Amino acid sequence: MRRVVVTGLGLVTPLGADVETAWANILAAKSGAETITRFDATDFHSNYACEVKPADHAYGFDPNKRVDHKVQRQVDPFIIYGIDAAGQALEDAGLLDMTEEQRYRAGCSIGSGIGGLPGIASESIVLHEKGPRRVSPHFVHGRLINLITGQVQIKYGLMGPNHAVVTACSTGAHSIGDAARMIAMDDADVMLAGGAEGTICPIGIAGFGQARALSTNFRDEPWRASRPWDQDRDGFVMGEGAGVVCLEEYEHAKARGAHIYCEVVGYGMSGDAYHVTAPHPEGSGAFRSMQMAVKRSGLDLAEIDYINAHGTSTPLGDELELNAVRRLFGNNIETMSMSSTKSAIGHLLGGAGAVESIFCILALRDQIVPPTLNLDNPSENCIGVDLVPHKAKERTVKAVLNNSFGFGGTNASLVMKAV
Amino acid sequence: MSETADRVKKIVVEHLGVEADKVTEDASFIDDLGADSLDIVELVMAFEEEFGVEIPDDAAEKITTVKDAITFIDENKG
Repeated sequence: MRRVVVTGLGLVTPLGADVETAWANILAAKSGAETITRFDATDFHSNYACEVKPADHAYGFDPNKRVDHKVQRQVDPFIIYGIDAAGQALEDAGLLDMTEEQRYRAGCSIGSGIGGLPGIASESIVLHEKGPRRVSPHFVHGRLINLITGQVQIKYGLMGPNHAVVTACSTGAHSIGDAARMIAMDDADVMLAGGAEGTICPIGIAGFGQARALSTNFRDEPWRASRPWDQDRDGFVMGEGAGVVCLEEYEHAKARGAHIYCEVVGYGMSGDAYHVTAPHPEGSGAFRSMQMAVKRSGLDLAEIDYINAHGTSTPLGDELELNAVRRLFGNNIETMSMSSTKSAIGHLLGGAGAVESIFCILALRDQIVPPTLNLDNPSENCIGVDLVPHKAKERTVKAVLNNSFGFGGTNASLVMKAV
Repeated sequence: MSETADRVKKIVVEHLGVEADKVTEDASFIDDLGADSLDIVELVMAFEEEFGVEIPDDAAEKITTVKDAITFIDENKG
């Protein structure tokens, strides 16, 4: 099998719209959670979220950098975030000037969990109030999940695989895993892979609120709301943004002298076959997904130094994931670190697995693991596990694992290691 | 420049994301301003909203330049 390495990174997050800014803020233990500004959420289950900040904010996002004005008007936010993150990754990889031949072998696998919810909601109101002849002609292709990939391929002339994963909150991890396989199987030499989400809108907050998935107890102090493994956790905090990596075949990257961040060595997938929203009570799917990824990597369990957990801050999920990790890793759990960066940027749903994989890659690069914020009173089950409470921690990081689990009982795990 | 022309040009600039000085009366939406067929549907919708006119499909097909739009609106607005 051909080896697959990471040669470029791109991030749009609530704590920064470029890789270095977001990472610096993550390591500084900042929180991106605030009272929602996009709409008046006073009467909603939850009135706080981790929004991507506007361009004039210290670490805000300027869509004009990489997304044409016309495209911005036609598409939903998740597509704008995705195009920008993909552009960053391609620039970082130094692949903006590929020949036509090279571009035939360069593709995209950028998905989303939900897609264009804000636009579907607003155009439905237009249809209801003004009739069918007032619905935007860009309604359909401005909302479709595969239109990040579509827009990115048009913008950069990429003509390889044109793919988009939709597996709820596992999307980002599945996207990277699937794209890595496309390179391994010789379908492409370069793949932009990741996920994006932008559903902080009334119907999004109402929907997840009604599903009893959101944190609701921290209206006065939103930055305390996302607290994975803490006894006072009460649901996830919605985030938004995008993460995209540039994957490349190892020899291809070496031949052009590219900077190589790490190698994607393991990918595991499983299904819970249990419940549409609740995780399997034994963490069976999570266990098998991680087990498969580690097995594929050829590494020993003891070699995994850091896990970026799914860890959404929901009462059920955090414990079950920890149990699954404990069951798989046994005594090795005592020497590894595991944290959840959702404590800082919230849950980016379809973007989460990609953004968190990038934090794993940066942990490998900088030999430091990001903190779990607000972990004031870990539940009893956490004893003996380094969940990196409150502060980032310098340590040896040679191999990392990222977990992502989603509604529908879908699980994905990735293992990456230094080359 | 007529008031209609000003408002039409403003809509074109906003929707197509082009520089205002490129939106001359002779400019063709497709050939000069980079619009595609869906952009024209959107522009026609915006003109209908802005001026309270109805632009039927057969009339919309004949609107290819900025001047065509201004003329149609001036002749049909209430």
